[in-house]
Amino acid sequence: MANQDERQARPRGLAFIAKSQLMTGDDVARALRRMAHEIIERNHSLGSLSIVGLQTGGKAPATKLASILSEISGLAVDANTLDVSFYRDDLSRNPIPASSATYIDHDLTDRTVVLVDDVLFTGRTIRAALNALSDWGRPRAVQLAVLVDRGHRELPIRPDYVGKNLPTSLDEAIVATLDGVWIGTREAS
Amino acid sequence: MIDSIRGTNLLSLDDLTKAAIVEVLDTAESFVEVNRRTIKKVPALKGRVVASLFFEESTRTRLSFETAAKRLSADVLSLAVASSSVKKGESLRDTIATIDALGIDAVVMRHRSSGAALQVSRYVPHVKVINGGDGQHQHPTQGLLDAFTIRQVLSERHDTTGLESGAELFAGLRILIVGDIRHSRVARSDVAAYAALGAEIRLCAPGTLLPDEVSTWPVTVVDDFDDALEWADVVGLLRLQSERGSGAFVASLDEFTFTHGLTVERARLLRPETLIMHPGPMNRGVEIDSRVVDSDAAIVERQVSNGVPIRMAVLYLCVAGSGEGPGL
Repeated sequence: MANQDERQARPRGLAFIAKSQLMTGDDVARALRRMAHEIIERNHSLGSLSIVGLQTGGKAPATKLASILSEISGLAVDANTLDVSFYRDDLSRNPIPASSATYIDHDLTDRTVVLVDDVLFTGRTIRAALNALSDWGRPRAVQLAVLVDRGHRELPIRPDYVGKNLPTSLDEAIVATLDGVWIGTREAS
Repeated sequence: MIDSIRGTNLLSLDDLTKAAIVEVLDTAESFVEVNRRTIKKVPALKGRVVASLFFEESTRTRLSFETAAKRLSADVLSLAVASSSVKKGESLRDTIATIDALGIDAVVMRHRSSGAALQVSRYVPHVKVINGGDGQHQHPTQGLLDAFTIRQVLSERHDTTGLESGAELFAGLRILIVGDIRHSRVARSDVAAYAALGAEIRLCAPGTLLPDEVSTWPVTVVDDFDDALEWADVVGLLRLQSERGSGAFVASLDEFTFTHGLTVERARLLRPETLIMHPGPMNRGVEIDSRVVDSDAAIVERQVSNGVPIRMAVLYLCVAGSGEGPGL
């Protein structure tokens, strides 16, 4: 499964060339722990909270966030996953992303949904995710948690919980996983 | 050979690589999940127009293609050939030109002439053509959904999901195809898909119902049906196609049933885990006994229900990726 995720996380034909590491695995773990505390601080009742990780990069941080929330609160918090490939507005402009599994096991009506993704960039993935969520009911509120906010938004979307703000230029690429955060470029392999 | 059907026509499975087929099967896996939702609709093809042109009768292919297009939010133009100008003698070329003039992105078509889909793709090069069955040539989506159904059943048995197990389940899988192979476009698409995925294929049929060019296929032809049934992991049956003149190729239906029908007695030769498939429509009592169809080994209904996700995957890959610009 790890290979599958890795393959889908990067655009076809381009390889990520890392320039420098900006966060270590420990930094990422500390950031997620802080974000978990912020989520509890803001939402009080975890009973009506649904954690939804966006495929594929948001899946691992969402699972980790859910397990930290369970640990802190003593309540069982599960992470669901959402694939937004079929909801994108750039299907005809970009190569079709490889689709992967959506797994949401309950109606989201009246729940507070925390969307989790690795990197927040243009905001188009989140726009697609908001559209997709409406097919699972009418959440009471939707919040957004990201490991890295790299700027360059094209839509009026802002994160509620951020691991790290990283100003970048457009030709740079960011890879953010539980093992760390790297900045670099994408080049034809 | 084509490595991916993204943004192309789908006319035949003969020129698809294993990678291209696996991509369709993996994408269909995502659409199985979409079809389980309360709201079974995604906006991937919003604003696109898919024309459905069935010059030959069809129940499941047409309905599942149109359902698939609607679940992808495409608009569907459906030509009822029986009540159209085709009956006044309008040529295929003029019919296509008329529909094209209305502005369409894709055509799903079935025609009784082999090569009709290829011909249409030359008339309208800017439209994606998806072959829903052309004469005795190919029925690509049937081949894909048969492969998908086998993979789905086997991966459930191995307790893995289709995505993770990939096509490895097909390596060395023993598939027997029986019946009217000569007239069957399904057989040609099935053989192409199974061979690309690495299965071992045997054909069994009365000599008259074998195609002339069978020696060029990646298959072994066997005579002993009973022996082949004991060998097989999967048995694919085919409809005896009386509308294509099968009647003239066998002495009688009873004799065909006697020599090559899957009767209750013959079904006892199968190992308990062997799967029985049929693309439909079935001639119960001819190529397959009614009681065999209704047994647990038969996965005919799953083939039908997989029709929608596999056709969603094909429409999605062929049409959604067909915009202008190189992307990235």
